[in-house]
Order: sequence, then C-alpha cells, then structure tokens
Amino acid sequence: MSQSPLEINNISVAYQKKPVLRDITFSIPEGKLIGIVGPNGAGKSTLIKAILGLIPRLSGEVKIYGKPYKDQLKKIGYVPQRESVDWDFPTNALDVVTMGRYGHLGWFKRPGKKEKEIAMESLRKVGMQDYANRQISQLSGGQQQRIFLARALAQDATLYFMDEPFVGVDAATEKAIITLLDELKKQGKTVLVVHHDLATVKEYFDWVMLLNETLRAIGPAEEVFTADMLQETYGGRLAVLDKQKESSFVLA
Amino acid sequence: MTWFEILKEPNIQWILWACTLLGIGSGVIGSFAYLRKQSLMGDALAHVALPGVCIAFLLSGVKSIFLFMLGAMVMGIISTFIMSYITRKSRIKQDTAIAIILSVFFGLGIVLLTYIQHNANGNQSGLDKFLFGQAATMIRSDVIVMAIISAILIVICTLFFKEFKLASFDAGFAKGLGYPVALIEQLIMFLIVIAVVVGIQAVGVVLMSALLITPAVSARYWTEKLGLMVFLSGLFGGVSGVIGTIISASGNNLPSGPLVVLSATGIFVFSILFAPSRGVVSKFLLRQSVKRKVEKEKQMQLRERGSSI
Repeated sequence: MSQSPLEINNISVAYQKKPVLRDITFSIPEGKLIGIVGPNGAGKSTLIKAILGLIPRLSGEVKIYGKPYKDQLKKIGYVPQRESVDWDFPTNALDVVTMGRYGHLGWFKRPGKKEKEIAMESLRKVGMQDYANRQISQLSGGQQQRIFLARALAQDATLYFMDEPFVGVDAATEKAIITLLDELKKQGKTVLVVHHDLATVKEYFDWVMLLNETLRAIGPAEEVFTADMLQETYGGRLAVLDKQKESSFVLA
Repeated sequence: MTWFEILKEPNIQWILWACTLLGIGSGVIGSFAYLRKQSLMGDALAHVALPGVCIAFLLSGVKSIFLFMLGAMVMGIISTFIMSYITRKSRIKQDTAIAIILSVFFGLGIVLLTYIQHNANGNQSGLDKFLFGQAATMIRSDVIVMAIISAILIVICTLFFKEFKLASFDAGFAKGLGYPVALIEQLIMFLIVIAVVVGIQAVGVVLMSALLITPAVSARYWTEKLGLMVFLSGLFGGVSGVIGTIISASGNNLPSGPLVVLSATGIFVFSILFAPSRGVVSKFLLRQSVKRKVEKEKQMQLRERGSSI
C-alpha cells in the first residue's frame, strides 16, 4: 500500500490567546480532490498555513508521504489567497509563474530557458498563454487567480494546497480551475482546496473535510456532506433548501 | 570655472565619487525597501544611527568614522530586531513600529548629543554634523569605504536577486518553498542599515531616507520589470550624486548632500510627469484619445441610426 500523502497528528493553533484549531488529526488517501468546508473563522486557511509551516503551531506533527515536511518540499504545491500579494509589483505573468520553479533551483541560480518553458506550458494549461507578457496589475481577478494556479502547476508537485481559489472569479476561471483539478486528479495527484460555496461541493470534490475549530468529519463526500453533519458544523446557522434532487444549502 | 575644471579639482573628485557611489548603492537596495512597503524604514534607521554614533563616541572618546559606523550599524541591527519582534509578537503594525523606533531612538540620540556637548573635552565638536551631514569633509578614505560598501550592496542584490524578489512579492509562497524568509528579510534590512550608515556622513540623518526611496519611486515609473527597475534606481541615484556635487561645486557654497537629494527629487518630478504609460502626461494624452474615439463611435452610431430610419 502506498503512503498517505498527508498525515496530520494533533495540530493545534492559536492566535494570541484564542485557539483557532484544536487537536486536528487526520490522514488522506492519494489521488483525491478534497474540499475543506466550514463557516467563516473556522480555521480553514489557518489549517493550510499551519501544515505548510507559514504560521507557528502550538503542537502537532505533519507527515508528507511519511516524512517530515522539510524533506518533502518539492512534492508540495501551494496556491495562496489572491489578496495576499501586491499585484502592482513590477513583474509580468510569465515571471510570476516561473517563481513556481524557484524551489527546484538552488541558491543564486537564475531561472533559464528550461524554467521559462515549463512556466509557459503551465500558463497554457490554465488558458493564459496569451497573457504571458502582461503586467500583473493589468489582469482581472480571475486571471490573477489562474496565474497563481499556473505557478503551482509549475511546481510540479504531487500534493497541492489551494486557499480559496474560487473566491471572486468569473465563470470562465471557475471552469478552468475545475478542468485543472480533474486533470490533476487523473495524474494521481492529491489536492486540498479551501472552499466556500456549499452548493458546488458535491459536484467538485470526492472527499470533504468539515472544519470548525475542531475536525467535525472527513471522508467521501456522499458520506460526510449531509444535512445533519453540516448543521452540526455550522452550529445550526444553516437553512437547508430542498429545491431539487440535490440539496442546496444557504447560510441563514 | 567651467564644469570640466571643477571636476579636475582633487577634493571635488572625492566628493563626486562618494556621492555617486552612495547614490548607486542606496538606489539599488532602496528598490527593495520601497517594494516591500518599507519606505520609512530607511528614515527610521537613519535616526537610529544617531544614538549609535553618540555611544561609540562616549565609549571610545575619539572621533573615528570607523567607530561611528560600527556604533550606527550595531544600533541599526538592534532596532531592526526590535521592530520585527514588535510586529510579530504584538498587534502593532509595521508603520507604527517604525514610528515608535524612530522617535525613541532619535530622542535618545539627542539626549546623548546634548550630554556630550555639555561635558565637553573639546574633542566633540563636529559630532552634530551627523545630523545634517557634510559631504564637503569627505576624503579619500571615506570614498574607499563607500566604494566597498556600494560594491557589497550591488553584489549581494545581484546574487540574491531571485530570493529577494520572491520574498518581496509573496513571502507566504516563498516560505512554502522552504525559503528562510525571516533570514532573507533580515538580510535586506541589514543592507538598508549599511547603506544608511555610509550615507549619513554625506547627507545626514534627516535626508538619508530620500536617497533610498526617491530613486526607487522614480525608477518604478519607467518600467514594469524588477531587474530594470533596480538598475534604473541605481542609475538615478548615481546621476543625482553627480548633478548634486557639480551644482554644489560650481560656487555659492551650497551644501552638496542636500543638493544630491534635490537632484533626485528633480528626477522624480520629471518621471512622474513624463514617464511612458505611468506618467501624468502620457495618462492624460491616453485618456484624451480614448475620449475622442468613444465620441467618434457615438457619432457614427447616431448617424447610422439616423440613416436607417
């Protein structure tokens, strides 16, 4: 049996005094698209940042393919929230995507022709090849998101973390992201996605993680993503509308 | 005297070299300070240098440029540690942390300076030159120090260009790749410290931040590429050094340090007005032409509609 791409043991995180995550323990199978779902402030982004070591943990252990995080850097791809950077930085789309290769280059080494080619290929995969030389502030929100995705693709990882890639993007970008996720899945890669829109969870993801300070449930979408479980996770603040066969959920 | 004759004067040559090298070095590292939204960092570090200089004088009792630089550098490094400690461990944001550090350390510096002046042994005169700088007193050994420091700044920024760029654009992603981002940030701050420390002698505590930021902001107007921006920033800094020194040397007894800063400001004003695409003039022209185009299309539509009725 192959190693689990991600094993989390007892992670706890606090901002100042307030605990944001408590005793999160789980492991995930390889080759799944996993949606991380929970109310605002549930610690979804915090979980990703804690796993990647971007913020300090109070306790807990992270294993990537059975080894400590530090030994597996090249197997990990990361898509931060779009708002986390200044888009008026003097650089173009291709250059940002090339940054995905930096982890593979040693100190002092500059990206060369090979890196540019990989970056170009990644841009093509997200349908942004025509914007390679565009200054990044002149891209729309959705295009900027696709640039971040392309950069993660250029990392050529096997385990991906995406922080709210669907927020504030147009329909074309949403479709591009979904196509890409399916493509990654076909290649046997594992993707964890912080997701907000409950209506699309079942459609997009195989597995679902329900999170609200503690881990409420994790497993195949059809088992975990149920009205009862969601009510529990969202603390009863959810109105369930049974319009069609598929339930859709609305925050009350 | 003509410009050429002025430039043949050995004393003026040293000042010219010093100001030019200083402009280049601070322009290069200033680009990163500006892009990392640490424009005021240079200002804070320059003010922090004052107590460093005073303490160095109190401890040694001699006026040695080398010891002054050492004192300023140690203080600068201590203050950057305190600054990043404050922003990491409290809810205080960086701009506030910079303001706290600047005022506290400068206050301490003024207290020490006053103490030194009142407990005189005659040796302390000229210490207050550090407040406003005095490029005219610079000699060969100062120029050599500046040349070395500027070379170090340029070499480090070239070597770590990729790392500085990623850490400045997206620190979270850089951390995710396993970059020691905290270390890189400290290195950038350290480079700002040494640029400030060598610059104070020429332009003084108060004006030093202008040499870090003004060339960088001007350069940003001309390009959308980081590498070119850093180069242009160094170039603008160097050119400011040359122009400032020449104006100062052509008589009138005007101080060269402030003139260098004013020259940099001149380049900035020119950039803000006439830079392609980002400049005020080119933006105005673009808007006019778009306006005309839209008007024209509107007229055409109206005419078409009119003819079809």
